[in-house]
Amino acid sequence: MTRPTPETLAHRAPSPAMLAAAANAATSAAPPAPAKVSGAVSLVKSLEALGVEVMFGIPGGTILPAYDPIYDSSVRHILVRHEQGAGHAATGYAQATGKVGVCIATSGPGATNLVTAIADAYMDSVPIVAITGQVSRPAIGTDAFQEADIQGITLPITKHNYLVTTADEIPRVLAEAFHLASTGRPGPVLVDIPKDVQQAQTTFSWPPTLELPGYRPTLHPHGKQIREAARLMSSARRPVLYVGGGVLKAEATDSLRKLAELTGIPVVTTLMARGAFPDSHPQHLGMPGMHGTVAAVYALQKADLLVALGARFDDRVTGKLDSFAPDAAIVHADIDPAEIGKNRTADVPIVGDARHVIDELIQAVSAERAAGRTGDRTDWWAQLDDLRKRYPLGWDDPTDGTLSPQYVIKRLGEIAGPDAVYVAGVGQHQMWASQFISYEKPHTWLNSGGAGTMGYAVPAAMGAKVGKPDTTVWAIDGDGCFQMTNQELATCALESIPIKVAIINNGNLGMVRQWQTLFYGERYSNTDLGTHKHRIPDFVKLAEALGCIGLRCESAADVDKTIQAAMEINDAPVVIDFVVGKDAMVWPMVAAGTSNDEIMFARDMRPSFDDDDL
Amino acid sequence: MTKHTLSVLVENKPGILARVAGLFARRGFNIDSLAVGETEHPEVSRMTIVVNAEESPLEQVTKQLNKLVHVLKIVELDPTVAVQRELLLVKVRADRPVRSQVLETVNLFRARVVDVAPDTLTIEATGTADKLDALLRDLEPYGIKEMVQSGMVAIGRGSRSITTGPALRAA
Repeated sequence: MTRPTPETLAHRAPSPAMLAAAANAATSAAPPAPAKVSGAVSLVKSLEALGVEVMFGIPGGTILPAYDPIYDSSVRHILVRHEQGAGHAATGYAQATGKVGVCIATSGPGATNLVTAIADAYMDSVPIVAITGQVSRPAIGTDAFQEADIQGITLPITKHNYLVTTADEIPRVLAEAFHLASTGRPGPVLVDIPKDVQQAQTTFSWPPTLELPGYRPTLHPHGKQIREAARLMSSARRPVLYVGGGVLKAEATDSLRKLAELTGIPVVTTLMARGAFPDSHPQHLGMPGMHGTVAAVYALQKADLLVALGARFDDRVTGKLDSFAPDAAIVHADIDPAEIGKNRTADVPIVGDARHVIDELIQAVSAERAAGRTGDRTDWWAQLDDLRKRYPLGWDDPTDGTLSPQYVIKRLGEIAGPDAVYVAGVGQHQMWASQFISYEKPHTWLNSGGAGTMGYAVPAAMGAKVGKPDTTVWAIDGDGCFQMTNQELATCALESIPIKVAIINNGNLGMVRQWQTLFYGERYSNTDLGTHKHRIPDFVKLAEALGCIGLRCESAADVDKTIQAAMEINDAPVVIDFVVGKDAMVWPMVAAGTSNDEIMFARDMRPSFDDDDL
Repeated sequence: MTKHTLSVLVENKPGILARVAGLFARRGFNIDSLAVGETEHPEVSRMTIVVNAEESPLEQVTKQLNKLVHVLKIVELDPTVAVQRELLLVKVRADRPVRSQVLETVNLFRARVVDVAPDTLTIEATGTADKLDALLRDLEPYGIKEMVQSGMVAIGRGSRSITTGPALRAA
């Protein structure tokens, strides 16, 4: 019986775990005799060896042994106010930096409070490692105090999870967890460690040998499939590059730009891929889907070829699946074979890492071009340009004199600029932030796309700012979302994490209200939060109570100077309460369950596709 | 819908059954039969799973199964080139007047009597699901007091083995 060593696994992309292991192996010619330590020390030494800079967490009974060596560790520990905040902070850190985010919590409620953040990271394929304490081994299964079967609970929302049963396996499990989280299709991995395992005596030696015989992600695409895709791309008359978050995860944005410019094919970027292709690029049609641009939605519907790169044909993009892109041949490239053909049958399935796929497509397309094969897209571009001109993203200012939320967000993007990181919550403000901020660079747009987790923005922005301390980080949040996780502003204030928060305060659960306006006869059941009517809470006072600077803006004339005032504060978190009108709606919109052909440009206004001569 | 037999080779790790069974449940599949046991490699277990499913959802669930870190290999066995067996233990009412008739049925099906009581016989039989169904139909008139059936196990015919290959050597 042989075990795969880091060497035998070398055909994979090196993960931080393997790099750290290799670095350690290289620097120490003769491995030192394994040190006798507790399981807790072994855990912290493993995190140090893995190159972890920071972890977010809260101590408690069963994780207390680990917190003792954390006290002396080079790994920064940020004490959050709620474990959900720790999880989202790890996610924000990972999304902003591309490194593995780490969160840590105690057993029972500490661990279950992480669940939402873990599910969120799973849906958006974010590499995080969650470490939880567990009751001591003899107490497992006895309904002991603060016992929860967190391994069982997180089974369907983790890429993999562990219940560590002996202290000796701690270094290997940690190295495997980081390797699994960060390679292949990234995702969350949970490591549950019973208290007595943390207290047990063991030896620590590094690097451990990974034991993952069943884990073999395919990175390099099949040459035949690449050539077939290139052949289709070179002959299609109405092709579209449908770009998803996988392109960002694979750091393939430069390659994507080369491929797009080489082929002249129009590009759409999904909610998870905003920033993967510059918004200012003339080939960029914007975001497709439920609140996508008319041009992007139309391009997918009328395409004769979709080249999906690291995208998963999510229902928010496809609308009613059986009427989605009815005439398109599908090239579907993804690192996860289970995504290919899941929702839409692929004519050319390609399994591989997006960067390898795109680089090989560039070569194959170049060969096609050298042989004189290029599709004629003059008509296609003429149609798309016409649509872009006729149906640009925009809004009507409210007639009741209230502040327009879209205007606030647009100005925020213009003033903070393309180098800032923008982190949205979930709802109307999220869609406007995706639509009206121009994303030019990768990893500048963070949001909860798959899970749609309200409350994501503040803690995720905190994590992003910790990962990129020299970058301006703006959380753009709704008044509903903000009230779910704003306690982390206390963490930001005390730990010197000066994020900026723009609350788009329309006094309501705005997206739900929009649906009530459109589909429930304006019966506003339980969507008024009272933040306007009663000013409860007063967000300026709340911000100040949490150690932040609170500002308020209620008119268009004050928008620029309030944002600029916030931009000038770098020694404390800032919260701006933008009091905006409650009736603004997100347009365009494809109503849930309907065909993308039914896209509404504004209320009661459908773009005229059908007249177009195709 | 058709019945499919999947042979799933997994690392013999705690919780793997829950991971596999949970995945089927989450994707809305009903497992018809499930059998788990060790293989010639002690660190590898083999699950034989029978599911009733259409081709394309089955492909999706197979791909999802492959993503489980402890799953090493999945092979769908074609029933026409595989040996499939289930085990049946059944306690049949068999007092004096009918005992010889019951024993005749047992012999006819090449089953075995494994326990005898004054008024019952306990019979062990192996075979395909069809054969066991037929045996049960023949025994039913005498009165079945209790029965238990194993999940199906299956192995491909011929000299080829599915338990060789890089993944399994590594395990």
